[in-house]
Amino acid sequence: MADVKNFKRIAVCNRGEVAVRIIEACHQLGIEAVLLHSQPDIGTRAYRMADDCVLLTGDSPYLDIKQNAEAAKKAMADAVHPGFGFLSENADFAEAIIGAGLSFIGPMPDSIRNMGDKISAKKLMEEARVPCIPGYKGEDQSLDRLKSEATEIGFPVLIKAAAGGGGRGMKVSRSKADFAEQLDSAKRESLAAFGSDQVFLEKYLENTKHIEFQIFGDQYGNYVHLFERECSVQRRHQKIIEEAPSPSLDEETRKRMAEAALRAAEKVNYVGAGTVEFLLAGQDFYFLEMNTRLQVEHPVTEYITGKDLVQTQIKVAMGSPLPFMQSQIEKKGHSIECRLYAEDPYKKGIPSTGEIFHQKFPKGEGRRFDYAFDPGDSVTSFYDPMIGKLIVHAEDREAACKKMIEVLQETEIFGIQTNIDFLVEIINHPEFFTGVMTTGFIEEYFSNALGEKKWSEEELQVVEHLMIQLANQHTQAKEQPLSAWQDAWRNV
Amino acid sequence: MLEQIKAIPSKLNSQSSEFSENYSHMKSLVEEWRKKVETAKLGGGEKAIERLRKKNKLSARERVETLIDPQTSFLEFSTLAANGMYGDAAPGAGVVTGIGVVSGYECVIVANDSTVKGGTYFPLSVKKHLRAQEIAMENNLPCIYLVDSGGAFLPMQDEVFPDKDHFGRIFYNQANMSAMGIPQISVVMGSCTAGGAYVPAMSDENVIVKDNGSIFLGGPPLVKAATGEEVDAQSLGGAAVHCDLSGVTDHFAEDDEHALEITRSIVSHLNRKKTTVLHQKEIHPPLYKEDEIYGVIPKDPKTPFDVREVISRLVDNSHFHEFKPRYGNTIVTGFASIYGYPVGIIANNGVLFSESALKAAHFVELCTQRNIPLVFLQNITGFMVGKKYENEGIAKHGAKLVTAVSTTHVPKFTVVIGGSYGAGNYGMCGRAYGARQLWMWPNAKISVMGGEQAANVLLTVKMDQLAREGKSMSLEEQEAFKAPILKKYEQESSAYYSTARLWDDGIIDPKDTRKVLGLGISASLNAEWKRTGFGVFRM
Repeated sequence: MADVKNFKRIAVCNRGEVAVRIIEACHQLGIEAVLLHSQPDIGTRAYRMADDCVLLTGDSPYLDIKQNAEAAKKAMADAVHPGFGFLSENADFAEAIIGAGLSFIGPMPDSIRNMGDKISAKKLMEEARVPCIPGYKGEDQSLDRLKSEATEIGFPVLIKAAAGGGGRGMKVSRSKADFAEQLDSAKRESLAAFGSDQVFLEKYLENTKHIEFQIFGDQYGNYVHLFERECSVQRRHQKIIEEAPSPSLDEETRKRMAEAALRAAEKVNYVGAGTVEFLLAGQDFYFLEMNTRLQVEHPVTEYITGKDLVQTQIKVAMGSPLPFMQSQIEKKGHSIECRLYAEDPYKKGIPSTGEIFHQKFPKGEGRRFDYAFDPGDSVTSFYDPMIGKLIVHAEDREAACKKMIEVLQETEIFGIQTNIDFLVEIINHPEFFTGVMTTGFIEEYFSNALGEKKWSEEELQVVEHLMIQLANQHTQAKEQPLSAWQDAWRNV
Repeated sequence: MLEQIKAIPSKLNSQSSEFSENYSHMKSLVEEWRKKVETAKLGGGEKAIERLRKKNKLSARERVETLIDPQTSFLEFSTLAANGMYGDAAPGAGVVTGIGVVSGYECVIVANDSTVKGGTYFPLSVKKHLRAQEIAMENNLPCIYLVDSGGAFLPMQDEVFPDKDHFGRIFYNQANMSAMGIPQISVVMGSCTAGGAYVPAMSDENVIVKDNGSIFLGGPPLVKAATGEEVDAQSLGGAAVHCDLSGVTDHFAEDDEHALEITRSIVSHLNRKKTTVLHQKEIHPPLYKEDEIYGVIPKDPKTPFDVREVISRLVDNSHFHEFKPRYGNTIVTGFASIYGYPVGIIANNGVLFSESALKAAHFVELCTQRNIPLVFLQNITGFMVGKKYENEGIAKHGAKLVTAVSTTHVPKFTVVIGGSYGAGNYGMCGRAYGARQLWMWPNAKISVMGGEQAANVLLTVKMDQLAREGKSMSLEEQEAFKAPILKKYEQESSAYYSTARLWDDGIIDPKDTRKVLGLGISASLNAEWKRTGFGVFRM
């Protein structure tokens, strides 16, 4: 057995609610957390919670490999947790961290590299007998070749950026006629976003569901899965609501999918937390991609399995074997997560920025709130508008839906617009409520987010009253020079 | 010359092993304290809190949190009152007190914790309540009583009821504060029985909560026993009775939240204005990190350290204009700002000599003349003893300092950052000297003298006595004689022993010292600072 290292200090190379989540996990394990943060992120929850903070400079500090690696080393960290997004799936970053003598909390750089490149990933998966979507991933990128491959696959065909993610550089061609146009557009976006215009083609599956399997590997070749999550509610390929387990899998498919996910992990000698994403059409499934990091929606898995994924990531990175075997992982109840975005749902979801001057989450049994800001903090336009996540757990899906509605209705956030009303509409939608929604759900029913809000007289009065009251309190506190009193500090 | 007013140059090496040892030692003391605080904050425990929920009541601390303005601080007093006393049956002495901002005004809040023996008053509950009122009086702060109490704790009535500083004093204070123009507001959120009924009855304006609130001199059982009349609590003295019929209360609230909202509205109409004599400057944090104080204070209390390393982590910009740095250097005096407020700091840097006492007395005079609040950082073993010192009159020099500290009109704030022994405690504004607030660090010790010293004094007396009888003690016997004394002093000098008995206003995290002082100074600006003359300085 390799040596087990004991991390004393972990550098968190991320921001927002995931940074908070990692800092909490560190503290639970008695490990200090150093936050490497940007200027606009001073005065956020993570900044206040971290044991130590290091200011990063430059235009995109969270993407600066050299600066992050050097800062982590200088801060005397033993390891780096990259969170999700930013540098979390960057093999060069993982290499830089290891090169600096620190541990990277994530898989080996080679695993990241293999899975990050869609062409090599698909090839490896085919070798591991993981079902893949028919497609073309060749080097010949000429229009003629691509067009003939598309015809072979059969329209509609999806054109994807080879190095992409998050929906950018992704286009659907519905017939031979619009192929050239869509290809051109995909290439342009891909070049701008990822610096490469290489694309590949695949069969565009309609009425599909997005199902992903959470897997975990350690340094001793042990692999487990922690069941699936369904994330079919997506807007422009960004997930909005996730849940576990999926309402759409029968036990036989679940078993087959789990086996495929474990084969995928094993194929790339995967270490740490990872997610194998599939598209589900009927009870047939196809490999989509593998995310070599923690997922935003990990809390739903934590709820149904009772396992702490972030703590497990840290333990595995220290060199400990997995703290649980497959037989010790059971799913219980149903969990739903809603992503809270600072955006105006009545104005097509345009981001909303400003100071949150009031925020109250309705705490309770089976309710969890992962959030980035406290009242008094400001949401800036520098980053992704996700400000937090609301997660519930109940005995079954129907109860979880009801609980989520309650939570959404009782959550109070003033100062910025949020997508709460939008989330309520989605959960109340018959297609979501019955669990039959597909990845086309939002586009089909909510293509314009929400129409104009219709307020009742009574509602208007209450809101007006509340806003005036809060604004008064706010300005009162601001105008009176109370100095030392102006933060929510407590001595005990 | 500019050297004197620039930032204090810190000599602290945060990479040294000494620093990290000190740091982790203090950190463990702070963690130990936090743990005790967390336990005390649970009051009567989770089951009792569950019972509150069933009655649709908020807990005492939740009431405070709901009452105060969002995004403002709350400075709680004596959270560990009665800690280790009464068989630990009364965490926090069953009452939460502190200063908070309500509708923009600093107010003293007193909230009964009914999960602790029904919110009844133990001797220390009375002391804590009276101390909160004293703070309100000295600083001219409106009082808000969140009442939920069964009155005196009957098994201890002899220590609660009859004396001058017992239960009756609460109402005496209410009457006199009201006379002084300090608003008295009650929110009846549970029972107010017998003496407790006077809290709302003696208030200027009050609120009562439907169903849960009740006020009566004698409860239903007592009424039945006395007159045979059968009556339920609500028709005897519930919210409807007192708002509609008796006029004991002024506002009818649906539940706790509603009651506190009404209270916020009452406070917003108090028409009060701060008149400050201080020239407040812009607020700047210290240059050095406040938590480095952990690494400054030696693990062994006998090891000396430079108190300037503490000062530089408390004051704005770490700027310190030191006064008489080359004279009487076992005491450090100087001017600085905390949260923009000017302060005069007096801090021990060794044992007190005549010169140190004279310098400090002079400095108190300066602050008095200039209307500058005083901050005392106590770490004092006492005054120097010996023939040379007595003959040069160290007693009268010490007395000058005590006179100056006792009679100055400027607000005083004391923080015990190390030892507080003997007459040093007096000269450095101990509890008896009217500090507006007095705080302890978790490492602090307080007693008439150090345990070792006391044991040796008593041993010498004993040995002299034995010598007169022609006897003596072996070394082992001497150690055995000293052991119980050392143990007693060890126990009684701890900050927990002190704070349980309200010899202070609470234990604080050393890194919060600046904040605590800033809040205290801000609160002190509500009262007019009445200039009085000094007493006679024995020359």
